[in-house]
Amino acid sequence: MDFRFLGETFMTLLAALPLTLYLALVSSICGALGALVLALMRLSSARPLSLIARAYVFVFRGTPLLIQLFLIYYGLGQFRPSLQMLGLWPFFRDPIYCTIAALAMNTAAYGSEIVRGGLAAVPRGAVEAAIACGMSPGLRFRRVVLPLATRIALPAYGNELIVMVKATSLASTITIMEVTGIAGKLIAETYRTMEIFACAAAIYLLINFVLTRLVLTLEWWMSPDRTTRRVLEQIGETKVKVTA
Amino acid sequence: MTLMTSTRQNEPSAMPLPNDERPKKIEIEGLRKSFGKIEVLKGISLEACQGDVVAILGASGSGKSTLLRCLNFLETPDAGTLSICGERITMPASAKGRMIQVDRQTLIRIRTRAAMVFQSFNLWSHMTVLENVIEAPIQVQRRPRAVCVAEAEAVLARVGLAEKRHTYPAMLSGGQQQRVAIARALAMRPEVLLFDEPTSALDPELVGEVLTVMRSLADEGRTMLVVTHEMGFARHVSSRTVFLHQGLVEEEGPSADVFANPKSERFRQFIRRIEV
Repeated sequence: MDFRFLGETFMTLLAALPLTLYLALVSSICGALGALVLALMRLSSARPLSLIARAYVFVFRGTPLLIQLFLIYYGLGQFRPSLQMLGLWPFFRDPIYCTIAALAMNTAAYGSEIVRGGLAAVPRGAVEAAIACGMSPGLRFRRVVLPLATRIALPAYGNELIVMVKATSLASTITIMEVTGIAGKLIAETYRTMEIFACAAAIYLLINFVLTRLVLTLEWWMSPDRTTRRVLEQIGETKVKVTA
Repeated sequence: MTLMTSTRQNEPSAMPLPNDERPKKIEIEGLRKSFGKIEVLKGISLEACQGDVVAILGASGSGKSTLLRCLNFLETPDAGTLSICGERITMPASAKGRMIQVDRQTLIRIRTRAAMVFQSFNLWSHMTVLENVIEAPIQVQRRPRAVCVAEAEAVLARVGLAEKRHTYPAMLSGGQQQRVAIARALAMRPEVLLFDEPTSALDPELVGEVLTVMRSLADEGRTMLVVTHEMGFARHVSSRTVFLHQGLVEEEGPSADVFANPKSERFRQFIRRIEV
């Protein structure tokens, strides 16, 4: 084992960490907003809206993310003149924007199903109590439905965030030098596949370790009920063992 | 107030309260409501004056909960005229008619003046007891926060839960949760309280604490409509009793009279079955 090489590789890859985090963060935020909008469309009584949402989820969940990414980055390049006319070319020319668009649209599809589940699981009685005391639909949604749905959906949404972190590695296929991209470049230079990819994997593991902690902390902080908190603490402990 | 209390509790039959002199808080005429093809309410008329405690009895499926829910428009009535705390609304006459759009401000006025207490408490689990109580006064009635908090603490003390104000509903017993729900209703300064089977979801040993609070509210002279299976409450606390059968008022009158000599055979059977 060449520990010096491992150490150097690790440090080199770490330099690309900010880009990986940037991709994950921005696409997760955009994706979460998209997921909420899609879930509301899906649950809306307006049939066209619900149909559009269903079609969207069907398409983006049913096709590989890699192909979506290629379609956006390479595919849309064919329509350069029209995109230039619309003023959208600077956006689709940039591989980083294309990655964010693909990741966000993909996670919005998966996330919308999770959010829909959360919204549907809000106790009917809590909503009725809100109606009965005169809350308008908007107020009801903001003060009662959304906070309760968030608490219900958060554990499942944590999974989606982890998937998102790992999916950023696909960006390396369209020339972006995030952690996996740099790893690929180092391998091309040194042919030491094992060490370099192991280092890259360790970095993703590290990110997701921190991420699961953050989600658990958020869950704990949001659940007022002490018994739930205790259960979460126990889950936290077992997860620590698994990860370590 | 205290005079009324003793009248109501000790010798209710001797002195029925003069209905005509007190302002009418609730007047319903010809209220109809169907769910799909099933007509649940088939033309109900009902009145409650200020200070009345009306017990609404009936077998399950008789429409008593639906009646109560129509009063603050949790269900939209199909037909009938409702006059609730001074807001008069006439619903379209056809039973299958499209729901008319009651305007928002009227709805808010009705819903804050006629506050609802549910069978399953329906507290907001993500808010503390105090937050539950101040939510509607601040967000719906737009009263200043400091005033709402002070009032909320007073109503919580009123239901005996002042020390629980910073706990969450999940940590309370059913009886405590229902008392918080009553405090939440009181915090809106309502003119009428609507109770929808407030003790039906409680363990038997917790029923008493909720009934005690309700009895004390009745003693204050509050106007209350109570859908209940608690015959003791109907008989001894309520000033008037209404018995529903298959969507119609079958028996109605001052509680003491109604229980002493029921006119309807069905109501007689109902009392016998429940009180065995």
